[in-house]
Amino acid sequence: MSLLLFDATLCLLLLVLALASILSRQLVHGVILYIAFGLMMALAWARLATPDLALAEAAIGAGLTGALCFSALARQQLHLPVVLSWPQRLWPAVFVLLMLGGVLAALLQLPPTASPLVDVAQAELINSGVSHPVTAVLLNFRSWDTLLELVVLLLALLGALQVAPAAKATTSWPLSLSWSRLLAPMVILLAGYLLWAGASQPGGAFQAGALLAAGAVVLRLNHQLNWLRWSNFWIRLLIVSGVSAFVLAALLAMLLTTDNTDVIWLRWPPQLAGGFILLVELFATLAIALTLTLLVVGEPAAAEQAQQNSGGEAHD
Amino acid sequence: MIDSTGQLSTLSMVLSSLLLMVGLFFFIAGSIGMLRFPDSFSRLHAVTKADSLGLGSIVAGLMFYGELWQNLLLLLIWLLVLASGSVSCQLLARFAKTQQDKT
Amino acid sequence: MTDLSPQLLLYIGTAAGLFAIGLYGFIVGPQTLRRILALNIIGAGIFMLMVVLAYRGLADGAADPVLQALILTGLVVAVSATAFALALLARLKQARPGQYRPEQEPGP
Repeated sequence: MSLLLFDATLCLLLLVLALASILSRQLVHGVILYIAFGLMMALAWARLATPDLALAEAAIGAGLTGALCFSALARQQLHLPVVLSWPQRLWPAVFVLLMLGGVLAALLQLPPTASPLVDVAQAELINSGVSHPVTAVLLNFRSWDTLLELVVLLLALLGALQVAPAAKATTSWPLSLSWSRLLAPMVILLAGYLLWAGASQPGGAFQAGALLAAGAVVLRLNHQLNWLRWSNFWIRLLIVSGVSAFVLAALLAMLLTTDNTDVIWLRWPPQLAGGFILLVELFATLAIALTLTLLVVGEPAAAEQAQQNSGGEAHD
Repeated sequence: MIDSTGQLSTLSMVLSSLLLMVGLFFFIAGSIGMLRFPDSFSRLHAVTKADSLGLGSIVAGLMFYGELWQNLLLLLIWLLVLASGSVSCQLLARFAKTQQDKT
Repeated sequence: MTDLSPQLLLYIGTAAGLFAIGLYGFIVGPQTLRRILALNIIGAGIFMLMVVLAYRGLADGAADPVLQALILTGLVVAVSATAFALALLARLKQARPGQYRPEQEPGP
């Protein structure tokens, strides 16, 4: 009963935060409330007993999306609050309420039967090479999704690098710099643990990559890790390696499959599956971390880059 | 703290509840301060002071229930939140100061 | 669906509510950045609905791993789409500053 009360409070808070972030007069307040909303979502995932999602949401939904929106805000000028007239507010509200009624009515009529895929996934778990079902689905049963997701990430990064104007130079304070340096080893340790733990318990490439990206973004905003940019050949190689290691692993798996009738694209041989998954996850983690970092911080302007290059050489 | 039957003794139960209540009180006080105080600096003061102390009491209260290993992790979480809270408070205060000097 | 626990029913309601709030923000929100936030809120509502559906018809404590994996993929795709949208937005503001006068302060 008390837990239900907690759930009710959490749900109410989620709805209020979402509404406030949509309706707030100033855009800055909207973004801040959205970050708070992301944190509460992470709590909701934890309450729904899906720790994989809670980990990913805490790093991505609250951390990285917040940083993205703030850098977008910094690029724009301040907004005057826009006042909408009553009909402009009322008619969409009526439409949305009608939609909400329809959606709720439809949801409550869904049949209460489980998806047949659950039993299949459970039965095949012993052949997947890992013991955590979510990781098994992500990197074995539905590895097409994960491969294409890495491609989507790569495309988003390429697109963003093409269109985004050069990132604004920021100033950093010694205090935030030393604190982010102190945090960096802890972030790397935690990310490594998450990646390794993903085989048997909640965790895996996405969570580890998102966590690494969050740490790298903080360091990057403090003018550290100057080599971490798209113009660096090794960084480009690592970013592409997420997809290419996946494809190469799939080719290798095809070659290693002895039974010729059994050759299926992106299917690991059962006895070697654990190794393949770890290999693919390792490169995927690095690629996800670097891609997300570059998506958030962007590429510095050419002048700043030249300056950083000469500074870096002098430092070396 | 947990005796052989797996139950908390009455004394530790009372102590733990007391600490949790104190923590809750500080959280509420900090939130009220953030809503009611007039300028950025006093709001920051209310939030960070009350939150670090409130979280500390809540962690101390929860430690009656955990194993040694879990307690160490709880302590680590508290220290991390404490340090990052102070750092971000410092940064926000400096930002507020530069904004104030500008106008 | 009525045999679900009250907890899951509560979360279904919240998911639908989040969807509706996001949709409203998407229609009304005068600034583009706010529309992008609204899209993210719609996404959060849909992900929450998928989690609740993952519990449908299963014994206590078990959730459908396929749906969870799909949501995990969705979270990463959502953040990359948001990043791309924000990059486009920044470019748009830079390219045509005159178009957005009504939203902007004259500046210092």
